[in-house]
Amino acid sequence: MSTQGNANPNSSVNNYSMSSTQNGGGAAPCQNGPGQMYPAMYTASSYYSSAPPAAYPTVAGHSAPPTGKTPVSSTGYSGNYYQSSSGLSPYPAPGTHQYSNAPGQSFQQTAPYAMPAGYYGQVYSHPSQGQTQPQPQQLQPNLMPASSGSNLGAPLYPIVSYPSAPGSSQYGTLRSSQTTAGQPPVSTVMPPPPTQSSLQQYSQGIGATPTPAQPGYGAPPLSQAATVNGQSNAVQQHYDQNLHNPMSHHYAAGPPNSQGPDKERPPSGTPGTSVHSSPQHHPGGDSSSTTTDSASPVPNSYESLEGGGYSDLAAPPAGVPAKQAPPFGYNYPTMHPAYQQNPAPKPNPSPSHGGYNPPGYQPYSQPFPSLSELSSALGGLGGVSELEAETLRPVNLLQERNILPPKRAPPPEPNLSNDLRKVNCSPDTFRCTLTNIPQTQALLNKARLPLGLLLHPFRDLTQLPVITSNTIVRCRSCRTYINPFVSFLDQRRWKCNLCYRVNDVPDEFMYNPVTRSYGEPHKRPEVQNSTVEFIASSDYMLRPPQPAVYLFLLDVSHNAVESGYLNVFCQSLLDNLEKLPGDTRTHIGFVTFDSTVHFYNLQEGLSQPQMLVVSDIDDVFIPTHDSLLVNLKESKELVKDLLNALPGMFTHTRETQSALGPALQAAYKLMSPTGGRVTVFQTQLPTLGAGLLQSREDPNLRSSTKNVLHLGPATDFYKKLALDCSGQQIGVDLFLLSSQYSDLASLACVSKYSAGSVFYYPSFHHIHNTAQKQKFQKDLQRYLTRKIGFEAVMRIRCTKGLSIHTFHGNFFVRSTDLLSLANVNPDSGFAVQMSIEESLADTSLACFQAALLYTSSKGKRRIRVHTLCLPVVSQLSEVFAGADIQAISCLLANMAIDRSISSSLSDARDALVNAVVDCLTAYRANGSNIQPSGLIAPAALRLFPLYVLALLKQKALRTGTSTRLDERVFSMCELKSQPLQQIMRMVHPDLYRIDNMTEQAALHLNDSVIPQPPLLQLTAEKLTREGAFLLDCGSVMYLWVGKCCNETFIRDVLGFQNYASLPSNMTEIPELQTTYSERTRAFISWLLESRTFLPAFHVVKDDASTKTSFFQHLVEDRTESAFSYYEFLLHIQQQMSK
Amino acid sequence: MAFTFAAFCYMLALLLTAALIFFAIWHIIAFDELKTDYKNPIDQCNTLNPTVDRVKKIKRVRLALKLVLPEYLIHVFFCVMFLCATEWLTLGLNIPLLAYHIWRYMSRPVMSGPGLYDPTTIMNADILAYCQKEGWCKLAFYLLSFFYYLYGMIYVLVSS
Repeated sequence: MSTQGNANPNSSVNNYSMSSTQNGGGAAPCQNGPGQMYPAMYTASSYYSSAPPAAYPTVAGHSAPPTGKTPVSSTGYSGNYYQSSSGLSPYPAPGTHQYSNAPGQSFQQTAPYAMPAGYYGQVYSHPSQGQTQPQPQQLQPNLMPASSGSNLGAPLYPIVSYPSAPGSSQYGTLRSSQTTAGQPPVSTVMPPPPTQSSLQQYSQGIGATPTPAQPGYGAPPLSQAATVNGQSNAVQQHYDQNLHNPMSHHYAAGPPNSQGPDKERPPSGTPGTSVHSSPQHHPGGDSSSTTTDSASPVPNSYESLEGGGYSDLAAPPAGVPAKQAPPFGYNYPTMHPAYQQNPAPKPNPSPSHGGYNPPGYQPYSQPFPSLSELSSALGGLGGVSELEAETLRPVNLLQERNILPPKRAPPPEPNLSNDLRKVNCSPDTFRCTLTNIPQTQALLNKARLPLGLLLHPFRDLTQLPVITSNTIVRCRSCRTYINPFVSFLDQRRWKCNLCYRVNDVPDEFMYNPVTRSYGEPHKRPEVQNSTVEFIASSDYMLRPPQPAVYLFLLDVSHNAVESGYLNVFCQSLLDNLEKLPGDTRTHIGFVTFDSTVHFYNLQEGLSQPQMLVVSDIDDVFIPTHDSLLVNLKESKELVKDLLNALPGMFTHTRETQSALGPALQAAYKLMSPTGGRVTVFQTQLPTLGAGLLQSREDPNLRSSTKNVLHLGPATDFYKKLALDCSGQQIGVDLFLLSSQYSDLASLACVSKYSAGSVFYYPSFHHIHNTAQKQKFQKDLQRYLTRKIGFEAVMRIRCTKGLSIHTFHGNFFVRSTDLLSLANVNPDSGFAVQMSIEESLADTSLACFQAALLYTSSKGKRRIRVHTLCLPVVSQLSEVFAGADIQAISCLLANMAIDRSISSSLSDARDALVNAVVDCLTAYRANGSNIQPSGLIAPAALRLFPLYVLALLKQKALRTGTSTRLDERVFSMCELKSQPLQQIMRMVHPDLYRIDNMTEQAALHLNDSVIPQPPLLQLTAEKLTREGAFLLDCGSVMYLWVGKCCNETFIRDVLGFQNYASLPSNMTEIPELQTTYSERTRAFISWLLESRTFLPAFHVVKDDASTKTSFFQHLVEDRTESAFSYYEFLLHIQQQMSK
Repeated sequence: MAFTFAAFCYMLALLLTAALIFFAIWHIIAFDELKTDYKNPIDQCNTLNPTVDRVKKIKRVRLALKLVLPEYLIHVFFCVMFLCATEWLTLGLNIPLLAYHIWRYMSRPVMSGPGLYDPTTIMNADILAYCQKEGWCKLAFYLLSFFYYLYGMIYVLVSS
């Protein structure tokens, strides 16, 4: 085994002597640690020269124990891992004890995560303790007659769901305010029960109950009921009683063990804190788990965060129409240099081009009134039919120049009744490409639009109702969680909105903890909010919740040291050590690697960290099992020591090789007993051991217009490793900081399939590239402190008839609707393609539910449930009217990337263009009232060609422009794993002119004034030398300063005398005390408000060489190899006429 | 009536095709299980020990997916036999499938070991549907060829 180490004794001796001085040398380290038996601790630099190779076998023998490989079987948790953590081990040693009182549930006998149904399945089959006994007493309330009419006026079932009657063209349920009189029997309305007889009439359809709720029913059975946050003592007791009991079973072993749950349980009487991870650990936007003391959470309140209230959207800034683009037939060619060479965009192929002559253009010179109407309609001010008419308004794309709304358009509202709309899931979390779901696959095919969902399930939320309940109410057959869109047939039964099964309402659910009343199941928070979080019971665990475990895998080869990232990383981790999400059980470990793999013994009680070197990279093993991952709290000083020492330890290394594969294998072995997060920092191509990669990029082909090769992985080593990791609940996040090609296509697999995230900093250097360094720092700050969920699974359910076609994102698909996410982070998004398998004709609403089951960093099992409800339509025009163009573009981007990897890039590009062509052709074929010429799109889809063009010019998909393979692949990773908002900013950045921002139409948010400059089109035509423009691309922001920019702006905002004195590498806006500066900064920070990763900031001068990076984002312009927007439209028109 | 090499080939092919039919059926079942896995959670909860049951199922699916290479080898084997026996027509009938097998194996995803199916993409509806269709087509082909070999064997035996 150790032959490898002896093969190059020079380097290893170097290593050893160097690090032994670091450690203070001497034999001291050996006496401290429990691993004295390992001579590999490099205590003596002469070790390698004196010790025979046979010295290693002792270690090898030790690496054999079952903990490494065995899945957490009955012995898994009693393994040395937990026992090592010095008395505070939160799990009792014999793991079998915990579930032994559940008859017939032999969890331990099998691989723990192989069976997803285990998670979901246990609820009913698990005869859990103490759950059934209070039921008898609960039955009484139901016998209460409908005595008092006191609450007749109140709608009994505010969340009455859809009727099952076919042919009711009225989608969206009616409100009960419309009451009884003229209702047809199929109506969805649940009227207040006026008489007994009228109730009979409805009872078969929706099943009204003759038992109106009794407010204040005496002695609500508190001990049984579910609690929402914000509960008081009585309910806390319930929590103690019922939840603690099973828990104490779990932690029954000894006094030190039961300490864990005790600590987390607050003293009763402090409402709300009990079930939440404490917010102070998650600063900066991460307030999702903060408690809401208000008993009725406001579901929509986070919309205010999302980008200004709708109220301001209606009025476009007054100055805008004046800045209207001059007639476009003339100006378009003259403004952009590219056009001067061939001024006429193309010979007119069709008579529609008459529109381009100035006289023909006249009628279109004022598109703004209609646009403002549109935005007001989109803002929800218009009626439903008005809105539909507006989104269907035909737009001649060739003639309408200013199609961009003045503000980032809000997503289209589903055409639902107000009540459903109010409780519907926030579009930031859950979005569908078609807000009107077509009835059949045939109709969907006719529309030629992709049907899919875009999810951001673990997003940081400001308001999240957290529910602690013994029984989580779910449908018995499809396991759907109860949600606002179910219908209550009567007080005892509810009908699942996904599979239509009628279920019983459990007794516990009858009590409403918000109003403290009994018999109002429809007022429970689960039924009032479409996004809720449950605290799951032990039924949802296959093993005790794991602690937060973080392992950092650091590249310390020469290349890495040269780039200087270690300093930044160590400093950042030192600063955020306290803020790492976790509790007292949090574990942390470090592994560094170059041509060998180094482990660090951080066992509490050591005087300083010990470094253990494993040079046998062909068969890497763990030198000591119990002290490489240590309890952060207990070993904090050692961790700090190590972080302080680490940057200096390798400064003189000459090792240029990188054994990433073996290091990852070691990390896998180290983590597999617990699971957790591995963070890999890599700065070059892995060159040694398993998973070594060769350079595949041919720099000469970077700008080829032909096919781009090597978009897929070169080896399946990383994928297999990721799948193994995923099986052991280990997520791998990759930070790639390299200047040369590092084959991200292969490396990224390790994160892709273990639900990690990928970060890439091309040409990172701590001195030469300060912008990258700052970005790295900011990202690390967010990365280290952001929320994290462990051992997660996400299941997406949808109404019967719909089915999931394909998933996009970072995860492993374990079953047709189940994603296995070893780690889940709040910054990753998912996309799902759907297909319609059966006709939805017999329903008027389609629902989607995403349930994310995860272990919080505090060791709580939680389920976050999002439910989205959308109307089903039968008309093609309605499908078009409900198209959500941003979601469609994102889904198409995901599909295109899959295509480019599985087939080829040019195929993917063609497919994107065809998507537009097909869709517009379908619209033309459908529409009867459309003028025959021109390129007509419904208003809802008017941005479709623009977004597709922008997609084609993305780094991921562009051809002809020089793009490094790694950057291309990274761009693909981002498109696949980012949430929608982020992708849209990336694909179609926002351009604002900010040197003349006025207070007009400004947004007033708590005593700060935020100017609202209009969005500009992404064309150089909009740039003027006199102005300063802000381009917001999501992960990077450019401030472009024109040559003749007014000097007050440069002086007051940028802090320089004039344009000439501006440095070319400014990366931030100074904080100056002028109103100008304050206004600008207010605007920028408003833009950044809802973002988690702060963008890199560049000030770009008009003449600077960095100009290209700025101009590549102006997607409407022509580049040497790509169409301008207008040319693209002509191209589409040409394709359509074929 | 003599027992020629061709007759032997047909007999062997007959037996091996029976095995291939078995493989094909297993293949279809495996993909069907993959696909409908989720549709039946209630049953899984009701069975006494769902977890063990599931593991068995997964193992079965894995085994079925591993049978791909043996299937291809068997098919290649009796194609070679027919070549040796100069049964051109029979060989000709088998050539398309042979070519398909070669193409299928060449265009498999990047993998270090032998195998055809990538666990990360197998759940894509497109691929799943394709694999199911492939299973059915192969089943039909093997069934037909089974009877053809039977006929061929008797014909060779009778005519010679």
